[in-house]
Amino acid sequence: MKLLNVSGSPHVHSDESTKKIMWRVNLALVPSLLVAIAFFGVNALLISIISVASCLLFQWLIEKFIMKVPSTIWDGSAVVTGLLLAFNVPATREMILLVIIAALVAIGIGKMSFGGLGKNPFNPALVGRVFMLISFPVQMTTWPKVGGWFPVNVDATTGATPLGMIKERLKNGENLSEIMPDMPSLCDIFMGHIGGSLGEISALAILIGAIYLLCRKIITWHIPVSFIATAFIFSGILWLCNDEQFIDPLTTILTGGIMLGACFMATDMVTSPMTKGGQLIFGFGCGLLTIIIRNWGNYPEGVSFAILLMNSVTPLLNRWFKPKRFAN
Amino acid sequence: MGGVHPEENKISTAAAIEEFPLPKTAVILMNQHLGAPATPCVAKGDKVKVGQLVGKAEAFMCANVHSPFSGTVAKIDTCKDAFGLAKPAIYINVEGDEWEESIDRTPDIVKECTLEPKEIVDKLKAMGVVGLGGATFPTHIKYSVPPDKKAEYLIINAVECEPYLTSDHRVMMEHAEEICIGVSILRKCLGVPKAYIGIENNKPEPIAVMTDMAAKFEGIVVEPLKVKYPQGAEKQLINAITGRRVPSGKLPIDVGCVVSNVGTAYAVYEAIQKNKPLIENILTVTGKKLEKQHNYHVRFGTTYNDLIAHSMGSLPETTGKVISGGPMMGKAVSNLDAPTTKGASSLLVIDEGEAVRAEESNCIRCGKCMNACPMGLEPYLFSALVKNHRIEEAGAHNILDCIECGCCFFSCPANKPLLDEIRLGKNLYRGILMAKKK
Repeated sequence: MKLLNVSGSPHVHSDESTKKIMWRVNLALVPSLLVAIAFFGVNALLISIISVASCLLFQWLIEKFIMKVPSTIWDGSAVVTGLLLAFNVPATREMILLVIIAALVAIGIGKMSFGGLGKNPFNPALVGRVFMLISFPVQMTTWPKVGGWFPVNVDATTGATPLGMIKERLKNGENLSEIMPDMPSLCDIFMGHIGGSLGEISALAILIGAIYLLCRKIITWHIPVSFIATAFIFSGILWLCNDEQFIDPLTTILTGGIMLGACFMATDMVTSPMTKGGQLIFGFGCGLLTIIIRNWGNYPEGVSFAILLMNSVTPLLNRWFKPKRFAN
Repeated sequence: MGGVHPEENKISTAAAIEEFPLPKTAVILMNQHLGAPATPCVAKGDKVKVGQLVGKAEAFMCANVHSPFSGTVAKIDTCKDAFGLAKPAIYINVEGDEWEESIDRTPDIVKECTLEPKEIVDKLKAMGVVGLGGATFPTHIKYSVPPDKKAEYLIINAVECEPYLTSDHRVMMEHAEEICIGVSILRKCLGVPKAYIGIENNKPEPIAVMTDMAAKFEGIVVEPLKVKYPQGAEKQLINAITGRRVPSGKLPIDVGCVVSNVGTAYAVYEAIQKNKPLIENILTVTGKKLEKQHNYHVRFGTTYNDLIAHSMGSLPETTGKVISGGPMMGKAVSNLDAPTTKGASSLLVIDEGEAVRAEESNCIRCGKCMNACPMGLEPYLFSALVKNHRIEEAGAHNILDCIECGCCFFSCPANKPLLDEIRLGKNLYRGILMAKKK
């Protein structure tokens, strides 16, 4: 006789799955990848492919030989880490191989050492990036020069990021009114025709991806908006106080990693708070720390550090901000 | 707040209510209601008629049980119910269909009711009426409002937010007038000025029929409600209609509300106006793979196998699960030989593909369970706390407020069996509270 299943309710399930969520995030990263290939050429493509492939490989190896659990590499999360990691390094030829080390740190230390997807307290891609920034400071701050469309070989390694250039020249005693004329136009900045990490350059491409994620309800507006708004307001206040020393708020949010960080890294489900209140505070902290590090820290950019620091308070934010109870 | 939108799958909506044929033998369980079992008051060999009292309510939280069949008592023993639990039961060899003379079997609709509230409650008790929304709470207890409480609203639950189920839909389409009379009786019983019938917006036909009918009665208002599961959960329904919220650990009457199912209103009409005890119910037999969908008038004691044999011959080859109730809150049937009871509202046949849970993976802390929870709880947290035996902490996070609607498990992308763990945690926490009281 055929046996029937018996299990607790509910007996139906929505069509949501971790796999779907992760692959949709990957899809949302595609516009930025295309822009990177358009402006940085074949290096960008190679770095991305090698980064993703090494993330998959390391996860597979760790799951098979160290954790001895069934492989989960096709759930899409290692691909997300791989892409975000590639997006966070300069698109130079050195990086094509160095990114393998970054992938090992991101997957091995950032993710699998805690037990795999869902258990890591810090965003794995950012762990990889910060490790690289500290271990390979020269390679991580050598930027390809922005050339024309689809350059085949970008060898110029002198072009700095807008933020790096400003920081350097401010240190040399110049004022912003002298520096700003050398900056790319706001339109170029918005489109992504500027120096910077592989995937952070185009605010437009990032916004397209973010809007897709919002429509798919994979992220909510709370973290990106509070992150960007905080950065905008705080830098705006500084700029109003002294526009010779502090960059104007619009340039602030469009350059560097704020857009990429706010839309794709700070919104990582695993490492960000769950309630709306917690998410607003989380975004606020990210924005505040970013501006503090940018203006008073040693690095020209502070997004990675800001997000990692806020990752560390996520468990507390989850504890402090509870959903509104129906019956209280 | 919260809630989900499962596929509605109301495929049996168009199937008019059919009389289900009498089985040859039947088993009448003595606890078909919430509370203590009734005490059998017939003996082996006795002849019984349809509507005859066979199980007497002796405890406070109990309801009378009447024979839905005429025939001879074969034995008084225990019988495993649909979920495998042994319950006291009366076995009957069905002979003919002879009814108690007091029961009015004419199709005439009796409108006038001259009974006083106290008499209404006594008659509901005598007729063994219980809530037909699923919890089978004895109706006479619900309508005996304690003197320190005051009822202000009567709410009739015709939301039927569970996917697949259509028995409430059909009863409204076919017995609107009887329902309204039943509601008027209940309204009179409570002494409240208005009764509200809540119906989800996805049922335009019943809304139209009931609105027309309610216009002919005093103090009955039909409230179309937003489509969202679990709109028909008691606390959510009260909130949607009155704006009031039942506090943690309290009952609807604490906020001045009494809620009954629309099927119960129909049963009240039959009990009070036609002297007919609660012996049958409308039951949906449905499933995506079934050739024909049905809504039946089924007498309690008919077995699930009888239902299957008559409605589809045998279960489809690819059947994976049989559910009593809807797919969100219904229970998987483990014993098809078991009789139906007052709490049964459907027999739902689920195909193999849908019957097996997808593999569980790590929680990715997406918060979907929390956003889906209509009670504003944190299912992911309960799951972790219960797994780590931190039951009292789960209690402090209001685990007992969980209404077991299943929205958390339904929406979890990692397929974590959240509700299983929460149920376990609730039971353990109740145990702790009991032990503390002692």
